[in-house]
Amino acid sequence: MAPLLELNALSRNFGGVLAVDHVSFELHAGETVSLIGPNGAGKTTLFNLITGLDQPSSGTILLDGRVLTGLRVDQFVERGIARTFQHGRVFGNMSVLENVLIGAHSRRQAAQRGLPFIELVRELLLALWPSPAVAAEEARLRQQALEILSLFGERLLPRLQQPAYSLSYANRRRLEMARALASQPRILLLDEPTAGMNPTETAEVLAFIRTLQARNLTILLIEHKLSLVMELSDRVIVMDNGQKIAEGKPHDVRNDPNVVEAYLGHPAPHPNGPRFSADTQFQSKGTTTNR
Amino acid sequence: MPCARQLSTTRTPRLLLERTQWGFMEDFLRTFFDQTVNGLVIGNIYALTAVGLAIIFGVGNLINFAHGSVYMVGAYVGWVCVTRLGLPLPAAFGVVIVVCGLLGMLIERMGLRSLQNSARIAPLLATIGISFVLDQLIQLTFTRAPQSFPSPLPNTRFPIGGVSIGVIDLLIAATGIGSAAVLYLFLRYTKLGWALRATAQDRDAAQQMGVNVNAVNQTAFAVASILGGIAGMLVGIYFSTVYPTMSFQAGLKGFAANLLGGLGNVPGAVLGGLLLGLIESYGVSLFGATYRNLFAYAILILVLLLRPQGLFSRQRQAPPEPLTGTFVPNSKPIPVPPWAIATAAGAALLLPLFVANPYVLQVLTNAWLFSMIALSITLATGTAGQTSLGHAGFVAIGAYASALLTQRLGLPFTVALPAAAILTALLGTLLVLPAFRLRAHYVAIATLGIGEIVNQMILNWDWLTNGVMGISNLPPPSFFGREAVRIQDVYWYALALLGIAALLQWRLVHSPLGRTWRALRDDDIAAQSYGINLNRYKTLVFASSTLIAGMTGAFTGHMYSYINHESFTNTISILGLTMVILGGMGNLIGAVVGAVALISLPEFFRVLVDYRYLVYGLTLLLLIRFRPQGLLGTV
Repeated sequence: MAPLLELNALSRNFGGVLAVDHVSFELHAGETVSLIGPNGAGKTTLFNLITGLDQPSSGTILLDGRVLTGLRVDQFVERGIARTFQHGRVFGNMSVLENVLIGAHSRRQAAQRGLPFIELVRELLLALWPSPAVAAEEARLRQQALEILSLFGERLLPRLQQPAYSLSYANRRRLEMARALASQPRILLLDEPTAGMNPTETAEVLAFIRTLQARNLTILLIEHKLSLVMELSDRVIVMDNGQKIAEGKPHDVRNDPNVVEAYLGHPAPHPNGPRFSADTQFQSKGTTTNR
Repeated sequence: MPCARQLSTTRTPRLLLERTQWGFMEDFLRTFFDQTVNGLVIGNIYALTAVGLAIIFGVGNLINFAHGSVYMVGAYVGWVCVTRLGLPLPAAFGVVIVVCGLLGMLIERMGLRSLQNSARIAPLLATIGISFVLDQLIQLTFTRAPQSFPSPLPNTRFPIGGVSIGVIDLLIAATGIGSAAVLYLFLRYTKLGWALRATAQDRDAAQQMGVNVNAVNQTAFAVASILGGIAGMLVGIYFSTVYPTMSFQAGLKGFAANLLGGLGNVPGAVLGGLLLGLIESYGVSLFGATYRNLFAYAILILVLLLRPQGLFSRQRQAPPEPLTGTFVPNSKPIPVPPWAIATAAGAALLLPLFVANPYVLQVLTNAWLFSMIALSITLATGTAGQTSLGHAGFVAIGAYASALLTQRLGLPFTVALPAAAILTALLGTLLVLPAFRLRAHYVAIATLGIGEIVNQMILNWDWLTNGVMGISNLPPPSFFGREAVRIQDVYWYALALLGIAALLQWRLVHSPLGRTWRALRDDDIAAQSYGINLNRYKTLVFASSTLIAGMTGAFTGHMYSYINHESFTNTISILGLTMVILGGMGNLIGAVVGAVALISLPEFFRVLVDYRYLVYGLTLLLLIRFRPQGLLGTV
């Protein structure tokens, strides 16, 4: 089966420092792949490259066999790549509902490209006097936004008209995921979706990602909570110092000596000994919580 | 602010008269040498101003708009000491140093320290408020008229190779080089200098290491203001005159010099200042004195666009986002019930039937026109987060477009007004287009420069705009043959235009397009990542905003029947922005409320008329400090 997303020797050089060093991997439709590695390994930089926010120094990204590199950021979303941000970037002065609707921006008729200049006049006129089709589209998008928000149960629905700045940290992260889904992505990139969340909230995120998996969405996940990674991933990719040092099934990766060294700084003392430090999250199989 | 008087008269014409006695080459060399000396002397002044701005930008990440006013205060203090008190020059210098140093500390206290937790652009706006207050205080004390500043220096000139250098030239050069040297040693070798540099690099880390950051900032402001004040006094002596409006140009030129050398880069500011002085001096001898101010603005825009890190900086990018954030405090708008809006609109409509006083009607007409300017600014600045300090330029384009269309092409006003509005939208957007790659504060600076460039073009393109003379005898506003003869008619026409503009803008802001604009304002990185093409939506917002500005300009020009390059100055841009902040960013009703309040209140409390700009400056300062979300809140 042809891969959905393909990275070929992708590199990013920041004035001599290779933040991403010839990373290649593939992502197949319907897969959930996790990207793990110590802080500073280059995971978020890789995310920025895949979503177009940053341009690679060399290498290519292909979606469905078509080259993405070189496109503008906003065109990546049109092609079906959506993301959340590590620290959360919601539109603070806009309501919850509006934030989700922005996710659907690139699907709106009025926002489509056309002849230069004409496209601008058209969008202005459609904003001033929406045609019946545009009005119906807006109503449909609102309906879809509500459906997406209902995936989080009663967390966001009662707060539809509240400005995003008034939300709790966890709710902002949820709102970001909802906004990403509103673009109806083919690939969803989640950058530490449970960072700063308590065990209950983390469990909720896990259940949420399970729902997405059930809908056959392709997911690329950066996550430090390894229990979550083990539970959700079809495959795990480990990065260190900008390089991909391991890739494989969660179980295999966890025993890879390179990975152990990257995390602990020295090789594992004994194959049957403790693989990670005492409070490692690797040990706790099947639980969704951190400790 | 009315355009400052020309800073210097060039020495070229006198030399050209003597051409017969000199060979062409010698003549050229002499002129060249003369212009170089001229440029270096003025350049030293720019350098002194720029260094102050660089220090303040360094420690406070703040573009200090009050710096020009400090410079002007320095000039006046020096003038008072020398001409009124008869102090010797060194004593006058001492007084300038003390007064301006204290002033700098005061500005730090009011403009920076109390706003540490506000939106990032708040300190910048606060310094604008402070500059309004200072300029107005000097004007009230010493009148607007220029004061003669007879040189307290001996008149000796030293001949050097056919030309001569005066004592003041030497004094300026010595002060410039001397203060640069002292400053270098101070920053390099004193503990306070280290603390200053540490604070400039990382405020929080410096604080953790036990640096008293507030004291450091205060010192930085004091040093910067002393340099600014000295520069002002030297300029006063150099041109034998001081006047209140010298502040604005000085601040802007200092900023251009600073930008040329790299924002916050102290040695860069010195080189930038000298370079700007030379460019101006050569430019003036090539193109004529009316172009003098254009060079600084052109440099401002070009550097922002081509090399935002400055000429002498090795950094490959503009400073990484110290200047995030537009002036959008988090707040919920206060709902205004529709019946209240309807009642207010109805009252405004019926008012001329009951009030016959032409003065009242004229004031309110001005308020309606300013409401439109505020609407236009709030669309770009409030809704889309593109802070504009140059909207007066777009109003001017509209006024001139309509004036020329009616006078040269004989179009009726009914056609000329929308045509002028569309022309303004096209031209205005094209002018701002190169600035689309800039973010946050840099947009504000670029639009400020664009506004000034428009005025310079109007001044210099005689063939089109009639230059300094302006365009007179414009026909009064008339729609479909109905001329506005009585003030009531003008009032109703202005109100109707405001109604149309407000309705259109209301629809835009509450459409999906308005939503997209607000996303771009709140977080442009996230907005891009969700498919928003920034350039497209910046184009759309500036086109819509300048359309309204152009419409306002067209109407205003015909209402006054005369326009020139000083009809729409920078003050209008700043005043418009103050109205927008007063009403609440992006808040349409707020924009109208802000405009009506700021235009009519000083007029109706007669005592305040003379103190009008003082009121505006204080309003801005108090708002930013105590109610940054404005009266009605951000939409």
